[in-house]
Amino acid sequence: MKLLIKGGRIINPAENMDTIGDILIEAGKITAIGQNLNAGEAQIIDAAGLVVAPGLVDMHVHLREPGLEAKEDIASGTRAAAAGGFTTIACMPNTKPVVDNSIIVSGIMQRGQTEGVVNVKVIGALSKGLEGKELAEIGDMIQAGAVAISDDGGHLDSTCLLKTGLEYTGMFDRPVITHSEDEELAGEGFMHEGAVSAMLGIKGRPSVAEDIAVARDIMLAEYTGASLHIAHVSSKGAVELIRKAKERGVKVTAEATPHHLTLTDEELRSFNTAFKVNPPLRSADHVEALIAGLKDGTIDAIATDHAPHAFEEKDVEFRYAPSGFAGLETALGVILTGLYHTGRLSLMEVIRKMSVAPAKILGVASGDLKVGAPADIAIIDTEYKWSVDCIKFYTRGKHSPFEGRNLKGKSLITIVNGSIIMQNGEVLR
Amino acid sequence: MSKAQVSLRNKDILGLETMSADEMDLILDTAKEMKNIIDRDIKKAPTLRGKAIVNLFFENSTRTRTSFELAGKYLGADVINISTSSSSVTKGESLRDTLLTVEAMGVDIIVMRHEAEGSSQYAANAVKPVIINAGDGAHEHPTQGLLDMFTIKQYKGKIAGLKVAIVGDILHSRVARSNIWGLQKMGAEVHLAGPQTLLPRDIEKIGVKVHNRVEAALDQADVVNVLRIQRERQQKGLFPSAREYARLFGVNADRLALAKPDALLMHPGPMNRGLEIAPDIAYGEQSAIQEQVKNGLAIRMALLFLVLMGGTRIETAN
Repeated sequence: MKLLIKGGRIINPAENMDTIGDILIEAGKITAIGQNLNAGEAQIIDAAGLVVAPGLVDMHVHLREPGLEAKEDIASGTRAAAAGGFTTIACMPNTKPVVDNSIIVSGIMQRGQTEGVVNVKVIGALSKGLEGKELAEIGDMIQAGAVAISDDGGHLDSTCLLKTGLEYTGMFDRPVITHSEDEELAGEGFMHEGAVSAMLGIKGRPSVAEDIAVARDIMLAEYTGASLHIAHVSSKGAVELIRKAKERGVKVTAEATPHHLTLTDEELRSFNTAFKVNPPLRSADHVEALIAGLKDGTIDAIATDHAPHAFEEKDVEFRYAPSGFAGLETALGVILTGLYHTGRLSLMEVIRKMSVAPAKILGVASGDLKVGAPADIAIIDTEYKWSVDCIKFYTRGKHSPFEGRNLKGKSLITIVNGSIIMQNGEVLR
Repeated sequence: MSKAQVSLRNKDILGLETMSADEMDLILDTAKEMKNIIDRDIKKAPTLRGKAIVNLFFENSTRTRTSFELAGKYLGADVINISTSSSSVTKGESLRDTLLTVEAMGVDIIVMRHEAEGSSQYAANAVKPVIINAGDGAHEHPTQGLLDMFTIKQYKGKIAGLKVAIVGDILHSRVARSNIWGLQKMGAEVHLAGPQTLLPRDIEKIGVKVHNRVEAALDQADVVNVLRIQRERQQKGLFPSAREYARLFGVNADRLALAKPDALLMHPGPMNRGLEIAPDIAYGEQSAIQEQVKNGLAIRMALLFLVLMGGTRIETAN
């Protein structure tokens, strides 16, 4: 079957391309990119006035399968991804059981193909059972297809194990991804420590807990020469540490989330558990530093940290609610509204940081519109106005800090391997 | 707007941060009249007859729970106490389900104490009956803040312009936070003092003056409000020992002498005499600690009355 996307504004950051043109898709692959393409019997998508971008890539998703299906599973999570314009997602290993061996890696990849509607990449655990004590079978998992190694979900307390993990994972040219927050300093807190936590009486997670952990992680990356990726950076201190490390040539990359880039700890005054997340939403000065880091390249990628929970788990007192919330279906709209339409980030940069940049960190071929590549495409209306209604989410996580917000910009069509899997907000499979 | 037209804006009493000075004035004025009832031989007023109040306490409490219970009973309401040990909470029922169960029984007011900050806000969002926050974690304890202000006004005739020192564990204190909001709105100058480890970071950003030396806070103060030190804080290593705390931060006669000669000494209770407050001054001439308890009852009667009788002034009911 042929598909012809006509007259769209093609933005392909991998080649710094921004042009009006057509894309022809045959047998799941891009076969031509150019002007006034003609393809006889092809199904035509009129993309006039729309942006044709590489399918978005989210390198930080919690799909919750196996074992935590009340929160999410591969079927629901990948549909949420498709609804949000994502065509490739990488899932974190903090499931039950933990993704700490090659059988589970293979199993998730296989179920990704049978149950999922987008490409599912797997991130394996650094330590067995995420217990932070001994290395998981990292080499075996990477050979089975794991794209990165991480103990995300919590901080890796053992400096010794992280050093070993970096050295070992480095052999395979894969990055270690860290959740960098010193557990002893942050562990008992529920929100950013500052004026708002002082007012609310809620125990804080100080930004210095993140700074210290990021400093340690960078030092180990520098010492071992291995690749380190820092997940969900949220503090200005961390941004500065990463900036300096990159200047020194340390192999460090970093991501920031839509919520840390657009929301502050002021939101917590409602005690709404939809704003509870780790690292916590911080004060405006941190948000500004994060955006500056995104602009100057210190922060390479935007990732959602999509972390859905069952409704009843979040519907409790603030202190007892689990951290995290759904992010896949709001990410693009939030970033376009908060960073693009406000003039903070160009469309090229938004798409780069949500597609080819994370793909490169994970070492996967996605995020590039080129002839011969799998046709993974997002067709985006940057002017589309909509408001967030969690009940309509495909994800099982019905809590979002953006509930009720008016957003501008949305993926209208998502194409995976040449097939239209989402159109006008509706996932077709 | 004249005082007579003031009424409570919100359905619920969750904290003093969200309450206006006019509303607080209304409550303090109403409490003054309620206090007369307490001194009567026959304390029952029929005002809230046919109304039902549930004290839903997830944390231990003697004075606050008793105070709310008597306040309701003096005004003729039916009052039921539920504490964690007797409720379904130990069976793992969610707060929402517990609240819905209580609501289904037709109660008019739920007075709630809970160890988690924001739990009274959660309750207010979840059910229709009026929620009165009797303490939510370290967040707020509005009736304590109101009774402290009532006590200050009783002795000093005013609140505006007074220097009020709050001494002790500010970090974990809902009493401190409600006092800070209330006193600042009423025009007092609030000074906090305590070890740095018991002062919340950035608290000065909400307009209070912060000291590590108790002497600086007490200097020429009109009111000295001493907070309870919870022994478990010491186990967490936030200060080295009870002995050192008492020596460096305890309020004693020498330190109290730095305040104005007629300064008022307050404590929300229960006290650790010999730790945060010296035994000789706790019930000394300047102490209003017993009066605070009585005033607490009057404040709670006033609040129950105002939230149930449409939030208007008491005169309208006569």
